[in-house]
Amino acid sequence: MSTAHQTSGPFWHLIDFPEWADLLRADGPNAGAPQTYAGGERITLQGTVTDGDGALVTDAMIEIWHADPDGRYDGAFQGFGRCATDAEGRFRFTTLKPGPVPGRGNTLQAPHVQIAIFARGLLRHLTTRLYFAEEPLNESDPLLSLVPPERRCTLIATPTVPGTWQLDIRLQGGAETVFLEL
Amino acid sequence: MSDPIPYARAIPGTQPPLDSASYGSTHRRAPRQEPIRAPVTLTEATSPRFALPSHADMSRLDGHAAMGERIIVAGRVLDERGTPLRGSMVEVWQANAAGRYHHARDQHDAPLDPHFSGQGRVFTDEEGWYRFTTIRPGAYPWRNHHNAWRPVHIHFSLFGQGFAQRLVTQMYFPGDPLLALDPIFLATADEKARERLIASFDLDITQPEFALGYRFDITLRGPSATPFEEGEA
Ligand SMILES: [Fe+3]
Repeated sequence: MSTAHQTSGPFWHLIDFPEWADLLRADGPNAGAPQTYAGGERITLQGTVTDGDGALVTDAMIEIWHADPDGRYDGAFQGFGRCATDAEGRFRFTTLKPGPVPGRGNTLQAPHVQIAIFARGLLRHLTTRLYFAEEPLNESDPLLSLVPPERRCTLIATPTVPGTWQLDIRLQGGAETVFLEL
Repeated sequence: MSDPIPYARAIPGTQPPLDSASYGSTHRRAPRQEPIRAPVTLTEATSPRFALPSHADMSRLDGHAAMGERIIVAGRVLDERGTPLRGSMVEVWQANAAGRYHHARDQHDAPLDPHFSGQGRVFTDEEGWYRFTTIRPGAYPWRNHHNAWRPVHIHFSLFGQGFAQRLVTQMYFPGDPLLALDPIFLATADEKARERLIASFDLDITQPEFALGYRFDITLRGPSATPFEEGEA
């Protein structure tokens, strides 16, 4: 039996290290990565978190985990970030765009970012994914194809300006984000 | 490359639900739709490794002892198969002895302790053991219902070897009368699962003339026993 999850509560910021939202920070594990990865595209991932009333969730911890630009998890790049939502319910990460990752049974997954959401009121964390709009592999992605077509848009980030991708997370209600059970 | 082994699913009742009638903050934050069962891929079966300094003594700050009862908390981190998690980061955070967090949003009328930040970080050893020294936290009020008080607890954050093993939980203390009244603790239906969130007093961890010891073992999800059934979602 695995240990039960318990809410992170509202005071989890004691383990918030704001620099962790910048995966490319000079003193972090990926220092120099933008130069190391030929074609590694620097991106910003941003969004807001809202609840079932549409109210901003201003006390959440958002974590991301994703592959390197070559689609690998076993290279030098560490695709982990953590960010607190701010007074406007916003989160924002700087990283390199991941490449396609092998799926089960010789399939290929579209580039994606795993997202974990922790907050007061979440007895266990929520998991979802961010995909990138206009990515040809989205059409054949094994996970996206399990999602009803009308809800897929809740997983697909759209560009605001080049290199900046926006994905809003709605915990509950209309246009509720698709969450995953792993 | 062979496919990653899927993780075991929780025995019903051993994990809290997302929506809980008696925990008010869940009402507008718990999703209403069923989650999509996702196949386990490299994304879920890999996790970050942290090369960070540990901070195992939370009982002192700037050379000054924090106020309160010093305690040692130790335990093993294993997966459900009994395999120790090695070199795994364990983050902890908690209120001070008076029941107040060193946090701008905590406005409970209890004193802050300038020598207690309430944040720690340790790493498991080769056998999965972690250990830190801290101050026994105090109970604190929350506004969930009339006269609501959280039982004494320490928050834990763990990473397994896969992001699907990520765990944030709370450690409680034996004999706390508030446990029987706490909607967060009680949200997990299975009594055995709840008991595993309560540390036990441990004389072997206790250090003479220094501090009482508490043992808190943590189990992360293990591999599924039925990979073929679980494999294709
Ligand atoms: Fe707490």
